[in-house]
Amino acid sequence: MRFSEKIPGRVLLVIAFSALSALVLITVFIFVEGVPLIARVGVFNFIFGMKWAPSQGAFGIFPMIVGSLSVTLGAIILGVPIALCCAIFLTEFAPATVRNAIRPAIQLLAGIPSVVYGFWGLIFVVPLIRNYIGGPGLSILAGSIILAIMILPTIISISEVSLLALPPPYREGAFALGATQWQTIHGVLLPAARSGILAAVILGMGRAIGETMAVIMVLGNAVAMPSSILDPARTLTTNIGIEMAYAAGEHRQALFATGIVLLVMIMILNSVAQYALRRRQDER
Amino acid sequence: MSVNNTRMVSFDGTTPKARRLNARQTQAIAKATIWAAAVLVILILFAIIFYILSKGIPELDWEFVSEIPSDMGRSGGILSPIIGTLAVTAVAIVIAAPLGVGTAFYLTEYTYEGGITRIIRFGAESLAGIPSIVYGLFGFIFFVIYLKLGWSIVSGGLTLAVMILPTIIRTSEEAIRTVPQIYREVSLSLGGTRWQTITRAVVPSALPGIATGVILGIGRCVAETAAVILTAGSALRIPTSIFAPTRTMAVHFYILAREGISMERAYGTAALLIILILLINIVANILVNRFVARGR
Repeated sequence: MRFSEKIPGRVLLVIAFSALSALVLITVFIFVEGVPLIARVGVFNFIFGMKWAPSQGAFGIFPMIVGSLSVTLGAIILGVPIALCCAIFLTEFAPATVRNAIRPAIQLLAGIPSVVYGFWGLIFVVPLIRNYIGGPGLSILAGSIILAIMILPTIISISEVSLLALPPPYREGAFALGATQWQTIHGVLLPAARSGILAAVILGMGRAIGETMAVIMVLGNAVAMPSSILDPARTLTTNIGIEMAYAAGEHRQALFATGIVLLVMIMILNSVAQYALRRRQDER
Repeated sequence: MSVNNTRMVSFDGTTPKARRLNARQTQAIAKATIWAAAVLVILILFAIIFYILSKGIPELDWEFVSEIPSDMGRSGGILSPIIGTLAVTAVAIVIAAPLGVGTAFYLTEYTYEGGITRIIRFGAESLAGIPSIVYGLFGFIFFVIYLKLGWSIVSGGLTLAVMILPTIIRTSEEAIRTVPQIYREVSLSLGGTRWQTITRAVVPSALPGIATGVILGIGRCVAETAAVILTAGSALRIPTSIFAPTRTMAVHFYILAREGISMERAYGTAALLIILILLINIVANILVNRFVARGR
């Protein structure tokens, strides 16, 4: 091999480690900045503390963990059935022309800026809740609705891929036994594609837990523990998004510590999703 | 085969309570529900786009895109946020495109699946799941503070570059993998080196797919708010160098809407953002279709 032939391979090898290096840098810098505060406050007091008052030195993020989990759960409850139906529609029911028109539309849904979703929620969804259901409108319910819409593209596209990847004999066999389309979907296709669908739902959860700007605009951002889905709340992400603008010193460290909790939650979710996706490949 | 046998037995897929419905009726109900869900998704998409465009397009005129904002954005146009968006996105693409495409070529052309590719993929996959606010925190502490780049176009652009890297890697890798193996074999059998094979046989054929990934990356940069507001700042002046702070359109929209500075200007900015995202998506789709058509 000539010398000039070796250079591109070496250079590309170095470049190929850029993503991994970035991941390491991100983890190291967020942890270095946040861990001292967690050490001072104590892991238990930080995670299960009920009071967040940075000016008084109180750093408890439990209400925000509850906020993050409840909007995410709400988004999953509202979004998953619609997304799954849409994926089934695309693979099993839609004529080719309809399918080719809907796919770019769903891609577009994924491209709309999250601030625009938040703004639309603020102008459209929040008043609806305030006027017809009750409460201040800025609420967990509003956040869940907006996040449910935002996670649709993720769940639809990954479920669709899982359904499309099923071997044709699954469908043919069921039809040959006289099953209707729905019986085939319900009895054969969905159980066979369940690892992929599970991964889709978990990645959707990851997106919902990590979303910031849309949630800031519709959630009301109160630091108190929410007691119903019509109460305003604050999530881990919005806590960082709102307070980073003016935080300094210990307060800023506390926001990085919030980032650590968020990062750990996301890493766990992603590992589970990757495991599910890999199982899907192994099943073949 | 992993089909659940117990489910296979109850083939009409009904619970005992609902057994009054026969297979044909459940089929009809399921079909209607599934169609309704698909229609609902499309309706939501149109509701959002139509609402923003109908309120925002009347605000758009030449002054809006050619004048600098004055009075915190209450009057004047949005020229400086437009320039800010272009500058930050340009920095991000200049950094992320070579790194992402290079990684994709390494993974597909220069190595076999094994330990190294698994580690590299793990890096890219994990990066893809990190929330944008965490990118913002990282960009702030690393680029703004540690590397002393301050709130600036470079800090914002570098942060976005890291954020879009996984997108570019994944789409480029897919594009390179769809290039038929015979292209490589012919080039190698003619005595071409590996580098010649890549640059003359693989790249031309994979280019539309790679471009699609880059364009999707541009779309994510334009749409991003959380990561840029913490790294590029929110200055309203026209930036004079890449080390100057700036404000992107998405950040400008967020500040206008959240602080209630000017709803008209907010709608106008949002409409322009949506139009930009629409154009980006259309271009990406045209490229994908051409790519698919040529691959056959």
